Amino acid sequence: MEYISLFVKSIFVDNMIFAYFLGMCSYLAVSKNVKTANGLGLAVIFVLLCTLPLNYLLNTYFLKPGAMAWISPALADVDLSFLSFIIFIAVIAAFTQLVEMIVEKFLPSLYSSLGIYLPLIAVNCAILGGSLFMQQRDFVNVGQSAVYALGSGIGWYLAIVCLAAIREKMSYSNVPAGLKGTGITFITVGLMGLAFMIFMGITL
Amino acid sequence: MGNLKETFVTPLLKGNPITVLVLGICSSLAVTVELKGALVMALSVTIVTGLSSLVCSLLRNTIPNRVRIIIQLVVVSLMVILVDQFLKAFEATYAIDKSLSVYIGLIITNCIVMGRIEAFALGNKPFPSLVDGIASGMGYGAILIIVAFFRELLGSGTLFGLQVIPQALYDAGYVNNGLVILPPFALILLGCIIWVHRSIDKELQEK
Repeated sequence: MEYISLFVKSIFVDNMIFAYFLGMCSYLAVSKNVKTANGLGLAVIFVLLCTLPLNYLLNTYFLKPGAMAWISPALADVDLSFLSFIIFIAVIAAFTQLVEMIVEKFLPSLYSSLGIYLPLIAVNCAILGGSLFMQQRDFVNVGQSAVYALGSGIGWYLAIVCLAAIREKMSYSNVPAGLKGTGITFITVGLMGLAFMIFMGITL
Repeated sequence: MGNLKETFVTPLLKGNPITVLVLGICSSLAVTVELKGALVMALSVTIVTGLSSLVCSLLRNTIPNRVRIIIQLVVVSLMVILVDQFLKAFEATYAIDKSLSVYIGLIITNCIVMGRIEAFALGNKPFPSLVDGIASGMGYGAILIIVAFFRELLGSGTLFGLQVIPQALYDAGYVNNGLVILPPFALILLGCIIWVHRSIDKELQEK
C-alpha cells in the first residue's frame, strides 16, 4: 500500500517537470514530435530505474555519515557525503555510456531511432535530481527508491508526450511572430503546470 | 581584442543561454521566488561555468573523444562541490544553501555549463573560454534576476526580503498575488521575457 502511494505521488504530485522543473532542457528541445518524445521518455524511465537504486545503495553503504560502520567500527565516524555529487554523476554518466554501447551492439534499430538522445540523458537534470531527492528523503530500503524512480520516470514520460502532442497541433495555429517556437512553448508548459497543480496536497 | 569583447557580449544578448539557446531552464525556474536565492544561484553558476570552461579548455587536447562527457562531468562536479562547500562554510550563506536544496547540486547537469564546454571550450584557448564561461553565467544570471525581481515584488511585495510595497496599500485592500509564487508562473513570465526580447531583436524570431 505504501508503495502504491509513493508510486502515484511521484507520478502526479511530485511530477519531475511540473513540480520541480527537472529535465527541462531536453524536455523543451526534444518535444517537437510525439515519436522522438516517446523514445526519449522511455530511455529516461529506464536509466532512472537503473541508476537510482544503485545510487541509493552507494549512499547508504558508503556516503552517508557513519555509513561505513559495516566495514569496521573504526570507520564509523567517516562522513563522505560531500562526495555524493561526483559519485552520483559518475554512476549516471558511466551507466548511460554503458547503455549506449549495449544498445548499439545488440539492438541497432533501437539505437538508430534513439540516436543522439541516449548520451544526452547523462546531463538530464531529472536523473541526477532523482538521486539528490532520494538522498534528501531518506528512503528506508531499495524497493522504495526503485518505486520512486519508476514513478518519477513515468511522470516525466507522460509530461513530454503530452507537450509533444500539443506542439504538433500548435504548428497549425497562428502565433505572434515574437512568441513563435520557444516563447509559446514556455507559456504552454506554464499552463500545463497550472493544470497539474490540482494534484498538489493530495495525500494517499 | 575586439574578438574577446564579442565573446563576452554575445552570451549576454544575442546568444543568451536562457532566452535564445534555451539551456539551463531546469534549475533556473525553481530558485526565482526570491531575489536573494536567485543572486546566489547566478553567482554560483557564473563561477562554475567560468572555471570549468577554463579547465576543460586546458585539457582539450588530452581528453579522448569517446569518454569526454564523463571527464567534463567530473570537472564540473568538482567545481560544484567547491561552490557548495564554500556556501555551507559561512553562516550567512548556509541558510541560502539550504533553501536552494538540490538545485546547487543540479548545476552539474545545468546544460549551460556542458553546452559551453562542448560548443566553445573544447575548440578554443583557455582565456577566451574563461571569458565565454563567465559571460554565459552572467547572461543566465541576468534573466534569473529579472524573473526573481518580478516574482518577489508581485508575489510577496518585498525585494531582498525588505518590504517595498507600502503598508498603506495593503490597508487599502491590496493583496499579494499568490499565483506568482507558484512554479508554473515562472515559465509564463519567462515566455513573456522571450517575447519582449524577440520583438526588439527581430533576427531571433523563429520562422
